[in-house]
Amino acid sequence: MRRINTELAVGLFIILGVGCLTFLAVKMGNLRVNHADSYPVQASFASISGLREGAFVEVAGVRVGRVTGIALDHKTYAAEVTMSIDNRVRLQEDAIASVRSTGIIGDKFVKITPGGSDVYLQPGESLLDTEPSISLEELISKYIFQGKD
Amino acid sequence: MTRSGRYQSIEVLGERVLDFVKDTGRFGLFLLMSGFYALVPPYEFKGIVAQIRFIGSRSLFLVVTAGTFIGMVVALQFHDTLVRFGSVGLLGSAVGLSLVRELAPVITGLLVIGRAGSAICSEIGIMRVEHQIDALECMAIDPYRYLIVPRLVAGIISVPLLGAVFIVCGILGGWFVGVVLFGVNQGAYFQGMYETVTGDDLAMGFVKFLLFGILLVWICSAKGFFLHLDPKGAFGAEGLGRTTTNAVVLSSILLLFFDYLISALMV
Repeated sequence: MRRINTELAVGLFIILGVGCLTFLAVKMGNLRVNHADSYPVQASFASISGLREGAFVEVAGVRVGRVTGIALDHKTYAAEVTMSIDNRVRLQEDAIASVRSTGIIGDKFVKITPGGSDVYLQPGESLLDTEPSISLEELISKYIFQGKD
Repeated sequence: MTRSGRYQSIEVLGERVLDFVKDTGRFGLFLLMSGFYALVPPYEFKGIVAQIRFIGSRSLFLVVTAGTFIGMVVALQFHDTLVRFGSVGLLGSAVGLSLVRELAPVITGLLVIGRAGSAICSEIGIMRVEHQIDALECMAIDPYRYLIVPRLVAGIISVPLLGAVFIVCGILGGWFVGVVLFGVNQGAYFQGMYETVTGDDLAMGFVKFLLFGILLVWICSAKGFFLHLDPKGAFGAEGLGRTTTNAVVLSSILLLFFDYLISALMV
């Protein structure tokens, strides 16, 4: 049997290691190779409790983008969410953005319901119609305390 | 050593403290010197490649086996737990998060300490015992540059790569148990994992890998390098064995300590 020389062993190890590293970075770190195929859209919500950067944006259950930035508007105390949307998906200006979650303890995501307008959003513009994140605790407390008013 | 009987216990305490301070300072300087020589050319490429083979390539089998089984057992345990809450769909997220943030760094680190760290310590220790390091200095070859830097650089390169292999093997092991054996939805397993594990989690994992790579080479080679300065007179076969054991114990403890520290700082 031919002995594997040092260079070959190290080369194979580096290839395998870097391969695994790239896989992790692309799949989990959301490292995007190409930034040009998406455009930013803003939306302000009354509450986005539980939404994180990197959360998905869905239209009809299909993933069309990600949340790239979350900030607080210091004047209105609304949550300013920046999303990057796939270029092939065009959103109408009256589309509705709502924060939803997958199941009771699932991840939060932004659901966009398409509107009927002929005017499409330009990159960087804002969605005006939004629905805040639904808090299960608030719903339960409403239900429990509604009879006592 | 002359000790007056009356203050003997206080003297012992003082001696211990002085030894500890000396050791800490010596180890710190050792790391600074090695780091300095690692950055300043000329670089010892051939030595680095040989050490990557020793620390990295040769540990690959161990890391692949360990990663696969750890992934399998984590999936098994989490499946059993998550079934009780009716949220088996979170299996992928649980396996991915625990591997990336905690299990892969700690277990890869401990495996490499056991496999390569002990060998580094005894190798350099033997060189010290047989005066090979003195011989290098006589020939005006810097022992830091020639012996320590290749191992340090190889550790910094190898441990993160081994860790990445560990994580991928763990994910596949978890997939085998979760999806193939227990019939969890494959899409839920992978998609849940990709959504939950973020860049921050990966960053935490890889900060740990880098730090553990430096730590284990540093402690193990410094223990061997300063063998002759051991206060108990470790200059022989028995002392070498004791020093190697100490190196493995000390680097394992420091690894676990820094693991907690980084987790606490980065959460």
